Amino acid sequence: MAQRRDTTVLEGLAGDLESGYGAFVRAHADDVYSAALRLSGSRADADDIAQETFVRAYRALRRFDAERLRSLEARPWLHTITLNLWRNRLRAAARRPRTAPGDRHGDVADGRPGPEDAAVAGEASRALVRLLAQLPEHQRVPVVLRHVVGLSYAELATVLACPVGTAKANVARGLDRLRVLGRADAAGATGAETR
Amino acid sequence: MTSARPRDGSPRAARPVPVGTAALRRLRAEAPAAFVESVLDRLGLHAGDRFVVMAGPAGDVFVAFNDSGISAVVPAARFDGDAARFAEHHRRTAGRAVAAAARPPAGLEAALRTGRARRLRYDLSGLSPFERAVLTKTLEIPPGEVRPYGWVAREIGRPRAVRAVGSALGRNPVPVLIPCHRVVRSDGHVGQYGFGVSMKRALLSAEGVDLERLQRLADAGVRFIGSDSTGVFCVPSCHHARRIRPAHEVPFRSAAAAFVAGFRPCAHCAPASGRNAS
Repeated sequence: MAQRRDTTVLEGLAGDLESGYGAFVRAHADDVYSAALRLSGSRADADDIAQETFVRAYRALRRFDAERLRSLEARPWLHTITLNLWRNRLRAAARRPRTAPGDRHGDVADGRPGPEDAAVAGEASRALVRLLAQLPEHQRVPVVLRHVVGLSYAELATVLACPVGTAKANVARGLDRLRVLGRADAAGATGAETR
Repeated sequence: MTSARPRDGSPRAARPVPVGTAALRRLRAEAPAAFVESVLDRLGLHAGDRFVVMAGPAGDVFVAFNDSGISAVVPAARFDGDAARFAEHHRRTAGRAVAAAARPPAGLEAALRTGRARRLRYDLSGLSPFERAVLTKTLEIPPGEVRPYGWVAREIGRPRAVRAVGSALGRNPVPVLIPCHRVVRSDGHVGQYGFGVSMKRALLSAEGVDLERLQRLADAGVRFIGSDSTGVFCVPSCHHARRIRPAHEVPFRSAAAAFVAGFRPCAHCAPASGRNAS
Protein backbone atom coordinates (compact mmCIF):
# COMPACT_ATOMS: atom_id res chain seq x y z
CA MET A 1 0.00 0.00 0.00
CA ALA A 2 2.80 2.35 0.92
CA GLN A 3 4.50 1.17 -2.25
CA ARG A 4 1.53 1.93 -4.45
CA ARG A 5 1.09 5.36 -3.01
CA ASP A 6 4.75 5.93 -3.56
CA THR A 7 4.58 5.48 -7.30
CA THR A 8 1.63 7.83 -7.77
CA VAL A 9 3.36 10.48 -5.70
CA LEU A 10 6.51 10.03 -7.74
CA GLU A 11 4.53 10.29 -10.97
CA GLY A 12 3.30 13.61 -9.65
CA LEU A 13 6.87 14.67 -8.97
CA ALA A 14 7.97 13.69 -12.45
CA GLY A 15 5.15 15.79 -13.85
CA ASP A 16 5.74 18.89 -11.80
CA LEU A 17 8.17 18.85 -8.89
CA GLU A 18 7.02 22.16 -7.43
CA SER A 19 3.36 21.31 -7.16
CA GLY A 20 3.85 17.62 -6.40
CA TYR A 21 6.35 18.07 -3.59
CA GLY A 22 3.76 18.83 -0.91
CA ALA A 23 2.11 15.45 -1.48
CA PHE A 24 5.53 13.79 -1.42
CA VAL A 25 6.43 15.37 1.93
CA ARG A 26 3.02 14.50 3.34
CA ALA A 27 3.38 10.87 2.23
CA HIS A 28 6.72 10.40 3.96
CA ALA A 29 6.62 12.91 6.83
CA ASP A 30 5.60 10.44 9.56
CA ASP A 31 8.19 7.85 8.50
CA VAL A 32 11.05 10.30 8.43
CA TYR A 33 9.98 12.09 11.60
CA SER A 34 9.60 8.79 13.48
CA ALA A 35 13.07 7.68 12.45
CA ALA A 36 14.57 11.04 13.44
CA LEU A 37 12.71 11.04 16.77
CA ARG A 38 13.70 7.55 17.80
CA LEU A 39 17.30 7.96 16.70
CA SER A 40 17.87 11.37 18.24
CA GLY A 41 15.59 10.94 21.25
CA SER A 42 14.49 14.58 21.11
CA ARG A 43 11.44 16.11 19.51
CA ALA A 44 13.19 19.37 18.71
CA ASP A 45 16.11 17.57 17.06
CA ALA A 46 13.72 15.26 15.24
CA ASP A 47 11.78 18.19 13.81
CA ASP A 48 15.03 19.82 12.62
CA ILE A 49 16.46 16.64 11.14
CA ALA A 50 13.23 15.64 9.43
CA GLN A 51 12.68 19.12 7.94
CA GLU A 52 16.27 19.26 6.78
CA THR A 53 15.84 15.81 5.19
CA PHE A 54 13.04 17.09 2.98
CA VAL A 55 14.84 20.33 2.16
CA ARG A 56 17.92 18.40 0.99
CA ALA A 57 15.76 15.85 -0.80
CA TYR A 58 14.08 18.61 -2.79
CA ARG A 59 17.36 20.12 -3.86
CA ALA A 60 18.56 16.70 -5.00
CA LEU A 61 15.29 15.85 -6.77
CA ARG A 62 15.49 19.07 -8.78
CA ARG A 63 18.56 17.65 -10.48
CA PHE A 64 16.94 14.28 -11.23
CA ASP A 65 15.52 13.67 -14.69
CA ALA A 66 12.03 12.21 -15.10
CA GLU A 67 13.34 8.68 -15.62
CA ARG A 68 15.36 8.74 -12.43
CA LEU A 69 12.41 10.21 -10.52
CA ARG A 70 10.17 7.39 -11.65
CA SER A 71 12.60 4.67 -10.63
CA LEU A 72 13.49 6.32 -7.33
CA GLU A 73 13.04 4.21 -4.22
CA ALA A 74 11.90 7.09 -2.09
CA ARG A 75 11.77 5.45 1.33
CA PRO A 76 15.31 4.08 1.59
CA TRP A 77 16.64 7.16 -0.20
CA LEU A 78 15.01 9.55 2.29
CA HIS A 79 16.11 7.51 5.29
CA THR A 80 19.68 7.52 4.05
CA ILE A 81 19.57 11.31 4.11
CA THR A 82 17.99 11.32 7.58
CA LEU A 83 20.63 8.95 8.89
CA ASN A 84 23.48 11.07 7.53
CA LEU A 85 22.01 14.24 9.02
CA TRP A 86 21.63 12.57 12.39
CA ARG A 87 25.20 11.27 12.34
CA ASN A 88 26.55 14.68 11.36
CA ARG A 89 24.73 16.15 14.31
CA LEU A 90 26.14 13.56 16.70
CA ARG A 91 29.61 14.36 15.47
CA ALA A 92 29.07 18.09 15.83
CA ALA A 93 27.62 17.61 19.31
CA ALA A 94 30.61 15.51 20.31
CA ARG A 95 32.94 18.35 19.30
CA ARG A 96 31.22 20.94 21.45
CA PRO A 97 29.97 19.34 24.65
CA ARG A 98 26.54 20.55 25.60
CA THR A 99 25.78 21.79 29.04
CA ALA A 100 22.08 21.19 29.00
CA PRO A 101 21.20 17.82 27.53
CA GLY A 102 17.59 18.83 26.87
CA ASP A 103 14.92 16.18 26.77
CA ARG A 104 17.23 13.38 25.84
CA HIS A 105 14.75 10.65 25.30
CA GLY A 106 11.79 12.55 24.05
CA ASP A 107 8.41 12.08 25.55
CA VAL A 108 6.39 9.24 24.26
CA ALA A 109 2.78 10.10 24.86
CA ASP A 110 2.34 11.26 21.32
CA GLY A 111 -1.23 12.28 21.62
CA ARG A 112 -1.84 9.25 19.44
CA PRO A 113 -4.99 7.42 20.41
CA GLY A 114 -3.51 4.82 22.69
CA PRO A 115 -5.07 1.45 23.39
CA GLU A 116 -7.37 0.89 26.37
CA ASP A 117 -4.88 1.93 28.97
CA ALA A 118 -2.97 4.83 27.52
CA ALA A 119 -1.20 5.55 30.79
CA VAL A 120 0.26 2.05 31.02
CA ALA A 121 1.14 2.04 27.34
CA GLY A 122 2.83 5.44 27.72
CA GLU A 123 4.80 4.15 30.69
CA ALA A 124 5.90 1.06 28.78
CA SER A 125 6.83 3.11 25.73
CA ARG A 126 8.87 5.51 27.82
CA ALA A 127 10.77 2.59 29.28
CA LEU A 128 11.34 1.16 25.82
CA VAL A 129 12.65 4.50 24.54
CA ARG A 130 15.10 4.50 27.44
CA LEU A 131 16.29 1.01 26.52
CA LEU A 132 16.53 1.92 22.86
CA ALA A 133 18.89 4.78 23.77
CA GLN A 134 21.21 2.24 25.37
CA LEU A 135 21.59 0.23 22.17
CA PRO A 136 24.81 0.82 20.29
CA GLU A 137 24.27 2.81 17.11
CA HIS A 138 24.88 -0.14 14.77
CA GLN A 139 21.94 -1.94 16.38
CA ARG A 140 19.69 1.00 17.17
CA VAL A 141 19.58 2.17 13.56
CA PRO A 142 18.41 -1.18 12.10
CA VAL A 143 15.90 -1.79 14.92
CA VAL A 144 14.37 1.69 14.58
CA LEU A 145 14.19 1.63 10.79
CA ARG A 146 12.81 -1.90 10.64
CA HIS A 147 10.41 -2.00 13.57
CA VAL A 148 9.48 1.59 14.40
CA VAL A 149 9.40 3.01 10.87
CA GLY A 150 8.53 -0.29 9.16
CA LEU A 151 11.08 -0.42 6.36
CA SER A 152 11.34 -3.79 4.64
CA TYR A 153 14.60 -5.68 5.03
CA ALA A 154 15.41 -4.90 1.40
CA GLU A 155 14.88 -1.16 2.04
CA LEU A 156 16.89 -1.39 5.25
CA ALA A 157 19.76 -3.11 3.42
CA THR A 158 19.77 -0.25 0.91
CA VAL A 159 19.98 2.34 3.70
CA LEU A 160 22.72 0.47 5.53
CA ALA A 161 24.50 -0.33 2.27
CA CYS A 162 24.86 -3.95 3.30
CA PRO A 163 23.49 -7.33 2.17
CA VAL A 164 19.92 -8.17 3.23
CA GLY A 165 21.21 -11.02 5.39
CA THR A 166 23.44 -8.65 7.34
CA ALA A 167 20.56 -6.22 7.81
CA LYS A 168 18.37 -9.02 9.20
CA ALA A 169 21.11 -10.20 11.51
CA ASN A 170 21.67 -6.68 12.86
CA VAL A 171 17.98 -6.26 13.56
CA ALA A 172 17.83 -9.63 15.32
CA ARG A 173 20.90 -8.83 17.43
CA GLY A 174 19.45 -5.46 18.31
CA LEU A 175 16.19 -7.04 19.45
CA ASP A 176 18.08 -9.63 21.53
CA ARG A 177 20.12 -6.89 23.14
CA LEU A 178 16.92 -4.94 23.91
CA ARG A 179 15.50 -7.98 25.65
CA VAL A 180 18.61 -8.41 27.74
CA LEU A 181 18.50 -4.74 28.66
CA GLY A 182 14.81 -5.08 29.48
CA ARG A 183 15.41 -7.94 31.88
CA ALA A 184 18.29 -6.13 33.54
CA ASP A 185 16.09 -3.06 33.86
CA ALA A 186 13.29 -5.06 35.49
CA ALA A 187 15.69 -6.86 37.82
CA GLY A 188 17.30 -3.59 38.83
CA ALA A 189 13.88 -2.09 39.42
CA THR A 190 12.72 -4.77 41.87
CA GLY A 191 15.09 -3.46 44.51
CA ALA A 192 14.19 0.15 43.93
CA GLU A 193 10.44 -0.53 43.63
CA THR A 194 9.19 0.78 40.32
CA ARG A 195 6.97 3.84 40.05
CA MET B 1 10.44 -15.12 13.95
CA THR B 2 11.96 -12.47 16.13
CA SER B 3 8.59 -11.47 17.48
CA ALA B 4 9.42 -11.23 21.12
CA ARG B 5 6.63 -11.68 23.53
CA PRO B 6 7.39 -10.08 26.85
CA ARG B 7 8.84 -12.75 29.05
CA ASP B 8 7.23 -12.95 32.37
CA GLY B 9 8.90 -16.26 33.20
CA SER B 10 11.63 -14.72 35.29
CA PRO B 11 10.45 -15.02 38.88
CA ARG B 12 12.00 -11.83 40.17
CA ALA B 13 10.93 -9.62 37.28
CA ALA B 14 8.90 -6.69 38.57
CA ARG B 15 7.28 -5.91 35.26
CA PRO B 16 9.64 -6.45 32.35
CA VAL B 17 9.53 -3.70 29.79
CA PRO B 18 7.80 -5.12 26.71
CA VAL B 19 10.49 -5.02 24.05
CA GLY B 20 8.71 -6.89 21.25
CA THR B 21 8.10 -5.65 17.75
CA ALA B 22 4.56 -4.59 18.64
CA ALA B 23 5.90 -2.34 21.38
CA LEU B 24 8.43 -0.87 18.96
CA ARG B 25 5.71 -0.20 16.41
CA ARG B 26 3.93 1.92 18.99
CA LEU B 27 6.95 4.22 19.04
CA ARG B 28 6.07 5.37 15.55
CA ALA B 29 5.10 9.04 15.77
CA GLU B 30 3.25 11.59 13.70
CA ALA B 31 5.14 14.55 12.33
CA PRO B 32 4.17 17.86 14.02
CA ALA B 33 1.06 19.54 12.68
CA ALA B 34 2.77 22.30 10.69
CA PHE B 35 5.55 20.04 9.43
CA VAL B 36 4.68 19.97 5.72
CA GLU B 37 4.00 23.72 5.62
CA SER B 38 7.31 24.45 7.35
CA VAL B 39 9.22 22.40 4.80
CA LEU B 40 7.43 24.02 1.85
CA ASP B 41 7.99 27.46 3.39
CA ARG B 42 11.70 26.85 3.73
CA LEU B 43 11.86 25.78 0.12
CA GLY B 44 9.93 28.82 -1.00
CA LEU B 45 7.33 26.51 -2.51
CA HIS B 46 3.84 27.77 -2.55
CA ALA B 47 2.17 26.19 0.46
CA GLY B 48 -1.30 27.51 -0.36
CA ASP B 49 -3.71 26.63 -3.14
CA ARG B 50 -3.34 27.19 -6.84
CA PHE B 51 -6.03 28.20 -9.30
CA VAL B 52 -7.03 28.14 -12.94
CA VAL B 53 -9.74 29.89 -14.93
CA MET B 54 -11.89 27.47 -16.88
CA ALA B 55 -14.91 27.64 -19.12
CA GLY B 56 -17.91 26.37 -17.16
CA PRO B 57 -21.42 25.45 -18.31
CA ALA B 58 -22.67 28.90 -17.33
CA GLY B 59 -19.65 31.12 -17.86
CA ASP B 60 -16.02 31.07 -16.75
CA VAL B 61 -15.14 29.88 -13.26
CA PHE B 62 -12.12 30.25 -10.98
CA VAL B 63 -11.17 26.82 -9.68
CA ALA B 64 -8.76 26.57 -6.73
CA PHE B 65 -7.08 23.33 -5.75
CA ASN B 66 -4.31 21.81 -3.63
CA ASP B 67 -2.78 18.40 -2.94
CA SER B 68 -5.99 17.12 -1.37
CA GLY B 69 -8.22 18.13 -4.25
CA ILE B 70 -10.36 20.95 -5.55
CA SER B 71 -11.00 23.47 -2.81
CA ALA B 72 -13.10 26.23 -4.38
CA VAL B 73 -15.15 27.14 -7.44
CA VAL B 74 -16.40 30.70 -7.99
CA PRO B 75 -17.96 32.19 -11.13
CA ALA B 76 -15.41 34.55 -12.65
CA ALA B 77 -18.14 37.09 -13.32
CA ARG B 78 -18.45 37.64 -9.60
CA PHE B 79 -15.05 39.35 -9.64
CA ASP B 80 -15.30 40.66 -13.21
CA GLY B 81 -12.72 38.01 -14.03
CA ASP B 82 -10.19 39.75 -11.77
CA ALA B 83 -7.82 37.09 -10.40
CA ALA B 84 -6.49 39.37 -7.66
CA ARG B 85 -10.00 39.86 -6.28
CA PHE B 86 -10.61 36.12 -6.43
CA ALA B 87 -7.32 35.52 -4.56
CA GLU B 88 -8.37 37.98 -1.89
CA HIS B 89 -11.77 36.29 -1.58
CA HIS B 90 -10.13 32.86 -1.36
CA ARG B 91 -7.72 33.99 1.35
CA ARG B 92 -10.70 35.18 3.35
CA THR B 93 -12.95 32.15 2.86
CA ALA B 94 -10.46 29.28 2.70
CA GLY B 95 -7.76 30.89 4.85
CA ARG B 96 -5.05 30.12 2.30
CA ALA B 97 -3.19 32.07 -0.30
CA VAL B 98 -3.81 31.11 -3.90
CA ALA B 99 -1.55 31.54 -6.91
CA ALA B 100 -2.02 30.86 -10.59
CA ALA B 101 -1.32 27.29 -11.67
CA ALA B 102 0.44 26.28 -14.84
CA ARG B 103 -2.33 23.85 -15.73
CA PRO B 104 -5.60 22.48 -14.35
CA PRO B 105 -5.76 19.29 -12.29
CA ALA B 106 -6.38 16.14 -14.31
CA GLY B 107 -10.02 15.57 -15.19
CA LEU B 108 -11.25 19.07 -14.39
CA GLU B 109 -11.83 20.17 -17.96
CA ALA B 110 -13.81 17.01 -18.78
CA ALA B 111 -15.84 17.30 -15.57
CA LEU B 112 -16.86 20.87 -16.41
CA ARG B 113 -17.74 19.88 -19.96
CA THR B 114 -19.79 16.77 -19.09
CA GLY B 115 -21.15 17.70 -15.66
CA ARG B 116 -19.81 14.40 -14.36
CA ALA B 117 -17.46 15.31 -11.55
CA ARG B 118 -17.65 12.32 -9.20
CA ARG B 119 -14.14 11.13 -9.96
CA LEU B 120 -12.44 14.39 -9.03
CA ARG B 121 -10.93 14.75 -5.58
CA TYR B 122 -12.18 17.55 -3.35
CA ASP B 123 -10.70 19.32 -0.37
CA LEU B 124 -13.69 19.58 1.96
CA SER B 125 -11.52 19.81 5.05
CA GLY B 126 -13.12 22.96 6.42
CA LEU B 127 -16.58 21.41 6.57
CA SER B 128 -18.48 19.50 9.21
CA PRO B 129 -19.13 15.76 8.80
CA PHE B 130 -22.79 16.55 8.08
CA GLU B 131 -21.89 19.06 5.38
CA ARG B 132 -19.47 16.59 3.85
CA ALA B 133 -22.16 13.87 3.86
CA VAL B 134 -24.60 16.22 2.10
CA LEU B 135 -22.08 17.18 -0.56
CA THR B 136 -20.87 13.63 -1.12
CA LYS B 137 -24.45 12.48 -1.65
CA THR B 138 -25.19 15.42 -3.94
CA LEU B 139 -22.21 14.44 -6.06
CA GLU B 140 -24.13 11.28 -7.01
CA ILE B 141 -26.88 13.17 -8.82
CA PRO B 142 -26.18 12.79 -12.54
CA PRO B 143 -26.28 15.73 -14.94
CA GLY B 144 -29.71 16.46 -16.34
CA GLU B 145 -31.48 15.23 -13.21
CA VAL B 146 -32.68 16.91 -10.04
CA ARG B 147 -33.59 15.70 -6.54
CA PRO B 148 -35.55 17.39 -3.78
CA TYR B 149 -33.77 18.61 -0.63
CA GLY B 150 -35.68 15.92 1.28
CA TRP B 151 -34.15 13.24 -0.93
CA VAL B 152 -30.63 14.20 0.14
CA ALA B 153 -31.74 14.34 3.79
CA ARG B 154 -33.30 10.88 3.57
CA GLU B 155 -30.38 9.35 1.67
CA ILE B 156 -27.83 10.44 4.27
CA GLY B 157 -30.01 9.03 7.03
CA ARG B 158 -31.20 12.39 8.40
CA PRO B 159 -34.73 12.55 6.95
CA ARG B 160 -35.80 15.43 9.20
CA ALA B 161 -32.78 17.60 8.46
CA VAL B 162 -34.20 19.06 5.23
CA ARG B 163 -33.48 22.67 6.16
CA ALA B 164 -29.99 21.78 7.35
CA VAL B 165 -29.39 20.15 3.96
CA GLY B 166 -30.32 23.44 2.32
CA SER B 167 -27.88 25.37 4.51
CA ALA B 168 -25.11 22.83 3.90
CA LEU B 169 -25.63 23.11 0.14
CA GLY B 170 -25.52 26.89 0.52
CA ARG B 171 -22.03 26.53 1.97
CA ASN B 172 -20.82 24.26 -0.86
CA PRO B 173 -17.28 25.53 -1.56
CA VAL B 174 -17.15 23.79 -4.95
CA PRO B 175 -20.46 24.57 -6.71
CA VAL B 176 -20.97 23.57 -10.33
CA LEU B 177 -18.66 20.57 -9.76
CA ILE B 178 -20.49 19.28 -6.69
CA PRO B 179 -23.88 19.90 -8.24
CA CYS B 180 -25.86 21.61 -5.50
CA HIS B 181 -27.80 23.20 -8.36
CA ARG B 182 -29.37 19.76 -8.94
CA VAL B 183 -31.09 19.87 -5.57
CA VAL B 184 -34.46 21.64 -5.82
CA ARG B 185 -37.67 22.17 -3.90
CA SER B 186 -40.21 19.38 -4.11
CA ASP B 187 -42.90 21.91 -5.17
CA GLY B 188 -41.16 22.41 -8.50
CA HIS B 189 -39.48 25.70 -7.63
CA VAL B 190 -35.74 25.49 -8.25
CA GLY B 191 -35.01 26.85 -4.78
CA GLN B 192 -32.16 29.02 -3.60
CA TYR B 193 -28.70 29.31 -5.06
CA GLY B 194 -25.58 30.98 -3.73
CA PHE B 195 -24.93 32.75 -7.02
CA GLY B 196 -28.54 33.58 -7.72
CA VAL B 197 -31.56 31.64 -8.92
CA SER B 198 -31.00 32.67 -12.53
CA MET B 199 -27.59 30.97 -12.51
CA LYS B 200 -29.16 27.85 -11.03
CA ARG B 201 -31.73 27.81 -13.84
CA ALA B 202 -29.00 28.40 -16.41
CA LEU B 203 -26.92 25.52 -15.09
CA LEU B 204 -29.90 23.17 -15.11
CA SER B 205 -31.05 24.22 -18.59
CA ALA B 206 -27.49 23.85 -19.90
CA GLU B 207 -27.50 20.19 -18.92
CA GLY B 208 -30.91 19.53 -20.42
CA VAL B 209 -33.26 19.73 -17.44
CA ASP B 210 -36.75 20.66 -18.70
CA LEU B 211 -37.62 23.16 -15.99
CA GLU B 212 -41.03 23.98 -17.47
CA ARG B 213 -42.06 20.34 -17.47
CA LEU B 214 -40.93 19.90 -13.90
CA GLN B 215 -42.84 23.03 -12.87
CA ARG B 216 -45.95 21.81 -14.69
CA LEU B 217 -45.80 18.43 -12.95
CA ALA B 218 -45.19 20.03 -9.57
CA ASP B 219 -48.11 22.43 -10.08
CA ALA B 220 -50.31 19.43 -10.82
CA GLY B 221 -49.14 17.83 -7.58
CA VAL B 222 -47.19 15.11 -9.40
CA ARG B 223 -44.07 14.07 -7.47
CA PHE B 224 -43.30 10.78 -9.18
CA ILE B 225 -43.78 9.15 -12.56
CA GLY B 226 -44.31 5.43 -12.97
CA SER B 227 -44.31 3.19 -16.00
CA ASP B 228 -47.16 0.72 -16.24
CA SER B 229 -45.05 -1.53 -18.45
CA THR B 230 -42.19 -1.95 -15.95
CA GLY B 231 -44.00 -1.28 -12.68
CA VAL B 232 -41.20 1.07 -11.63
CA PHE B 233 -41.61 4.65 -10.43
CA CYS B 234 -39.07 7.48 -10.58
CA VAL B 235 -38.53 11.13 -9.75
CA PRO B 236 -39.72 13.03 -12.84
CA SER B 237 -36.21 14.06 -13.99
CA CYS B 238 -34.74 10.57 -13.76
CA HIS B 239 -33.45 9.54 -17.16
CA HIS B 240 -35.51 6.35 -16.89
CA ALA B 241 -38.65 8.41 -16.29
CA ARG B 242 -37.90 10.55 -19.32
CA ARG B 243 -37.88 7.43 -21.49
CA ILE B 244 -41.40 6.36 -20.50
CA ARG B 245 -43.79 6.76 -23.44
CA PRO B 246 -46.70 9.08 -22.65
CA ALA B 247 -49.14 6.20 -23.08
CA HIS B 248 -47.44 4.27 -20.27
CA GLU B 249 -46.88 7.21 -17.92
CA VAL B 250 -48.58 6.92 -14.53
CA PRO B 251 -48.32 10.03 -12.34
CA PHE B 252 -48.20 9.72 -8.55
CA ARG B 253 -48.71 12.39 -5.90
CA SER B 254 -46.74 10.41 -3.30
CA ALA B 255 -44.47 7.42 -2.94
CA ALA B 256 -47.15 5.80 -0.78
CA ALA B 257 -49.63 6.02 -3.64
CA ALA B 258 -47.10 4.38 -5.96
CA PHE B 259 -46.48 1.56 -3.50
CA VAL B 260 -50.24 1.04 -3.05
CA ALA B 261 -50.57 0.77 -6.83
CA GLY B 262 -47.97 -2.00 -6.74
CA PHE B 263 -45.07 -0.01 -8.19
CA ARG B 264 -41.51 -0.33 -6.90
CA PRO B 265 -38.96 2.47 -6.65
CA CYS B 266 -36.36 2.93 -9.38
CA ALA B 267 -32.92 1.72 -8.33
CA HIS B 268 -31.24 4.60 -10.15
CA CYS B 269 -33.05 7.64 -8.77
CA ALA B 270 -34.18 6.10 -5.46
CA PRO B 271 -37.45 8.08 -5.31
CA ALA B 272 -38.38 6.61 -1.92
CA SER B 273 -36.76 4.81 0.94
CA GLY B 274 -36.53 1.05 0.67
CA ARG B 275 -34.79 1.19 -2.64
CA ASN B 276 -33.59 -2.34 -2.05
CA ALA B 277 -37.06 -3.60 -1.24
CA SER B 278 -37.87 -6.32 -3.77
